[in-house]
Amino acid sequence: MTAPVVLDRRSVLAGGGALIVSFSLRHAVAQERKASQGPELPGSLAKTPNLDSWIRIDADGQITAFTGKAELGQGFRTAFQQIAAEQLDIPFDALKVITADTKLTANEGYTSGSHSMQDSGTAILHAAAQARALLVAEAAKRFALPPDELRTENAAVVAPDGRRLTYGELVASDVLHVQAQPTSNLKDPASFKVMGQPVPRVDIPAKVTGGAAYVQDMRLPGMVHARVVRPPSYGAQLAECDTAAIEKMPGVIGIVRDGNFLAVVAEKEFGAVKAMHALAAAAKWRESAKLPNQHDLASVLTALPSQDFAIFQRSDPTVSGARSLEATYTRPYQSHGSIGPSCAVAQFVDGAMTVWTHTQGVYPDRQSIAEMLGMPQASVRLIHVEGSGCYGHNGADDAAADAALIARALPGRPVRVQWMREQEHGWEPYGPAMVTRLSASLDGNGKIADWNFAVWSNTHSMRPGGAGSLLAAQHIARSFAVPAPKPLPLPEGGGDRNAIPIYNFPNAHVMHHFIPAMPLRISAMRALGAYHNVFSIESFMDELADLAGDDPVAFRLKHLDDVRGRAVVEKAAQEFGWTRGQKPPQNRGYGFAFARYKNLAAYCAIASEVEVDRETGRARLVRAVAAVDAGQVVNPDGITNQIEGAIVQSTSWTLYESVSFDDVRITSIDWQTYPILRFNAVPDSIAVHIINRPGQPFLGSGETGQGPAAASLANAIARATGKRLRNLPLSRKRIKDAIDA
Amino acid sequence: MTTLKVNGRDHQVDADPDTPLLYVLRNDVALNAAKFGCGLGQCGSCTVIVDGKAVLSCVTPLLLVEGKQVTTLEGLGTVAAPAPIQRAFMEEQAAQCGYCIAGMMMRAQALLMRNPKPSDAQIRAELEPHLCRCGTHMRILRAVHRAARLMDTADAASDRSVR
Amino acid sequence: MPGQLRIITGIAAIVLVAGVAAGYAVAWRPQIAAIAPPRPDTFDPDIVKRGRDLASIGNCNTCHTVQGGANYAGGLPVPTPFGTIFSSNITPDAETGIGGWPEEAFVRAMRAGVSRAGRHLYPTFPYDHFTNVSDADDRALYAFLMTRQPVHASAPANQLSFPLNYRPLIAGWKLLYFRSGDVPSDAAKGAEWNRGAYLVEGLAHCGACHTPRNALGAERVNAQFAGGDVDNWHAYALNDTSRAPVRWTADALYAYLRHGWHADHGTARGPMAEVVGNLASVPDSDVRAIAMYMADISGAPAPDRKPPADAVTPSTSADATQPNAAGAAIYAAACAACHEGNRALPYGGVNLALSTAIASPDPRNLLNIVLSGVTAVDGERSPIMPGFAASIDDAQMVALANYLRARFGKRPAWNDLDKAVRNARTVQAASLAVRDASTESTQRGKP
Repeated sequence: MTAPVVLDRRSVLAGGGALIVSFSLRHAVAQERKASQGPELPGSLAKTPNLDSWIRIDADGQITAFTGKAELGQGFRTAFQQIAAEQLDIPFDALKVITADTKLTANEGYTSGSHSMQDSGTAILHAAAQARALLVAEAAKRFALPPDELRTENAAVVAPDGRRLTYGELVASDVLHVQAQPTSNLKDPASFKVMGQPVPRVDIPAKVTGGAAYVQDMRLPGMVHARVVRPPSYGAQLAECDTAAIEKMPGVIGIVRDGNFLAVVAEKEFGAVKAMHALAAAAKWRESAKLPNQHDLASVLTALPSQDFAIFQRSDPTVSGARSLEATYTRPYQSHGSIGPSCAVAQFVDGAMTVWTHTQGVYPDRQSIAEMLGMPQASVRLIHVEGSGCYGHNGADDAAADAALIARALPGRPVRVQWMREQEHGWEPYGPAMVTRLSASLDGNGKIADWNFAVWSNTHSMRPGGAGSLLAAQHIARSFAVPAPKPLPLPEGGGDRNAIPIYNFPNAHVMHHFIPAMPLRISAMRALGAYHNVFSIESFMDELADLAGDDPVAFRLKHLDDVRGRAVVEKAAQEFGWTRGQKPPQNRGYGFAFARYKNLAAYCAIASEVEVDRETGRARLVRAVAAVDAGQVVNPDGITNQIEGAIVQSTSWTLYESVSFDDVRITSIDWQTYPILRFNAVPDSIAVHIINRPGQPFLGSGETGQGPAAASLANAIARATGKRLRNLPLSRKRIKDAIDA
Repeated sequence: MTTLKVNGRDHQVDADPDTPLLYVLRNDVALNAAKFGCGLGQCGSCTVIVDGKAVLSCVTPLLLVEGKQVTTLEGLGTVAAPAPIQRAFMEEQAAQCGYCIAGMMMRAQALLMRNPKPSDAQIRAELEPHLCRCGTHMRILRAVHRAARLMDTADAASDRSVR
Repeated sequence: MPGQLRIITGIAAIVLVAGVAAGYAVAWRPQIAAIAPPRPDTFDPDIVKRGRDLASIGNCNTCHTVQGGANYAGGLPVPTPFGTIFSSNITPDAETGIGGWPEEAFVRAMRAGVSRAGRHLYPTFPYDHFTNVSDADDRALYAFLMTRQPVHASAPANQLSFPLNYRPLIAGWKLLYFRSGDVPSDAAKGAEWNRGAYLVEGLAHCGACHTPRNALGAERVNAQFAGGDVDNWHAYALNDTSRAPVRWTADALYAYLRHGWHADHGTARGPMAEVVGNLASVPDSDVRAIAMYMADISGAPAPDRKPPADAVTPSTSADATQPNAAGAAIYAAACAACHEGNRALPYGGVNLALSTAIASPDPRNLLNIVLSGVTAVDGERSPIMPGFAASIDDAQMVALANYLRARFGKRPAWNDLDKAVRNARTVQAASLAVRDASTESTQRGKP
């Protein structure tokens, strides 16, 4: 069979090919440079082509797969192990997977954008397949037989006469220290034994028995505990701080004060907590932050200067619309809200810094930390250790920088920094607030004739790329400036992720108003702009379906050419029991939404049933049915888990969540002030139906559900109440006000 | 020095009596399961069992638990010999990042000790103090139901062996 | 058991009075013919909206909706010294609700405590206050309730023993205690005060909880707002016997009723949390009127009640010369982090020197809060306090309560504190047991 290749992204976007698609210049340049290179190696092999960067086989037969990606609880350590085991033809348990470590693994940038399967999974797939081919070739030499007479089984190459050479015996001569080829002899999916199976996750047993599973659980010999005292607001200056009494507190080892960076180190953890409270009380700050009006973010954002990009333009002058509709949708700032506040351990020994961190990008974070410390990158090693789920850029990198800065002041001693709940909530970079404005008109046949979409947004990544991204580096006396924000390039995009409709509209115009000024600290949060853009597009599709007097599912299918897209829409509708003109029970509504994440990754359609309490305005998701196509399935239970989680998390974002702040300070600093979904609101059922695409590229499923879940919920609420809500979150009060209006 | 009974063993702990049990368990007894989530009693990650009841260890000072029996997830079973609640969570693959799970399991365990056959509504009500951010709730609920069944079977088996 | 004796004597008196009353045919009221439930669109939407606000002021949902159950469908058990009475279904269901009630039947129930069928209603339905509601407001309430969604649900039968299950007895009770039209009015006090009086003494029925009751469950007219009981909580005195460390002002009351907390007093808990939850959505002017009237009638402050909050400081730990190191240690370790932190209300703990619970003659509220804490309201920004029932034992709870009482309340120790702790824990345990016993909780979500 032929090897899966990463799809040419331009052709994906252009869909049918007959369309007139234009990108703004910055994207075109990026595309061109890529196209001028030779045949690209699959996945992350393109950047790290040596096979032994991915697969290592020791002479004693020990087999290891390496990934530069970080396990964040999505379960891909298990999926990678499945891929490697399958393609190497070894039992699942016969190898282990080493994750992101600047000393051991490839530089795969960030673990983000649902890219792990596409980048790293694809690299391991091909590396393992090519490794097996090389081992077979080596065995063929030694057996003096043609390779195609040999077979592999249980980590050995077997000759027809029964002679066998184990991989360990074959690997002796650096056989894997070679560059990967563009294509591989992959196994036929029909013969898969490990891939495609719901193999139990390798990390769960430790997590449910109290094993050491997280960076928070590290206890190095001689380790001390540090706590940071953060300023009370953005830009606050430390005016005075008398630390004498605190230094004398029992167990306190020292105070690290550098500009506006303030931390205390103690022998015991609770000693550090007490000293932190004392230090916070002693610190006097000059505050100057001017935060915007949180109740009118739409005006705030659209009034800020923007760089405007026409990112999509299609026209067919022969088609024009009659009846038209306009709507504006907004999203507030939202928190990642990791259950475990960020944590890191660092140790500075003989001029070398080691940081154990739950960062999503050990390499970029290393560069930033090295820059902050004024150290060569080679002297800084970052090792990924799991933390609490992050869902994007939370405090992980900042905690790592804190730990490094403090550890440098205490040479030799491992320093563990644990952020407090208020610090995580108050200082994490939030998912940016966004505004979308849509207008469209219908032709005489009830089809969309023209479509206008405009999105206002900050960038969606301020991840470390330079010391200035790190809080500690911003706060020290010789401070680093926050790097200038950049819009993330299409086709993946940032604020404009999924802003381009997947539907086939004869006339379409999409604008991205990129806002450089960032009133609040923001960065990447699961699905980036796709969450709000899909919420907007899919809500508006329902509004237009109503205007057309059409069924929401039929209306979508009328505008959708993408075959795999149609398949998930039809699957979700069918499994939900969606029928035209259906009547839900009283106070309930059915909602539907669909998207292909980034227009190039996994497809997801979700149908929801929602119940609204008309007296209180409380909405509850009763059941959700999802269909997903994430390409070739490696671990179906892993995908199901991701989609279930996306639906529940997106429900929480959509119904409840917004960062709150006053003129100066962030005020949503714990679970009292940043409420998220609790068990009371958990749906009765969630069903996930996977459409497997054997032999097709991995598409990654981690973020595809966020947008469709939100829109599906909003559409169901609109049908249950007869009122359309366009401002996130769709809170109890907003629903009640809409009902009572 | 305070004597703390954890998972059936006495530990001599050199910690101030006002130290939250969570820090004592993690640092003095070197256990991992109870997690720091908020330190405010708002999220449930730190839940352990004290004298049969689920307790938020982050807001429970050492002085309140002296002489009482503290049980953590480590005290229920091991990977090789998991307790029913642990087996159930493994079988249901009821975790994503898993950070909240140990606390959830301890409250579920306390519930099942009190009420071996809880309804779905009772499980939800019981777990209301607990937050999960990955959205693993459906699996957690299934795992608690499964644990109830496993315990039931285990009880039946041990009844037989007694006879 | 003097309490029981009083009840028995009282019942004997009622039986006697009822006998006399029967002679006057007071016990008999005519049935009002049922109607077909009116269509919701026959009601003026503006009147329905007014009725919605009035229903919030009347706190109707608290008694007529079971937690997790259908709105206004009743079935909530209301424990009384005489037995358990279940609230009725007031949705417009023709068979089990009030769908067949014409407006005059609804007005009669509000005015006189009589059902459409002519039966006397138990005074757990506070018609002793609702009798003061105006015709126009009754009409609006009727319009609001008749446009709710009908729910077919019969309340469980009341659990009352003979002779209390004999409804004509209620006629005797009414003869003794039921008075109509006793809302104070005073033109000199202005419109806002009079509006407040109308709401407080009428629909808002504040006295139903805050006024102590006699042996037969009637509010004691000579002790209005002197503090009462509800659901194992103490409803604080609102008159001049209030033990609030800082005197309530109209502004403070307004803020408390509007937002559920005030910096000088802390956060609404227990049953009061539901009241302020309802008041959050009613017109501002009505909340102001209630606050103004209540502040005015609360009387002159007791001499030891200092007006400004900053004048109230806890005695320092050194002052607490009581032999209660255990309580002090528990406070320092378990409470001080939040209650002496720098976080402002409502998300920080109240300075306990401002706590009415600790200054109050009745320790139950303090015990309830410490044992059960304050749980999050789903999806809303709301205070959370962890409960300590599972970690604090009875002796530790007594030590803590004694310490708080001495240090912050600066009052003599509570009597029978051990018993109060045991009772509070029983209530706490009972709420757990109820949860385990049935799928749908029938409690109001409080300990």
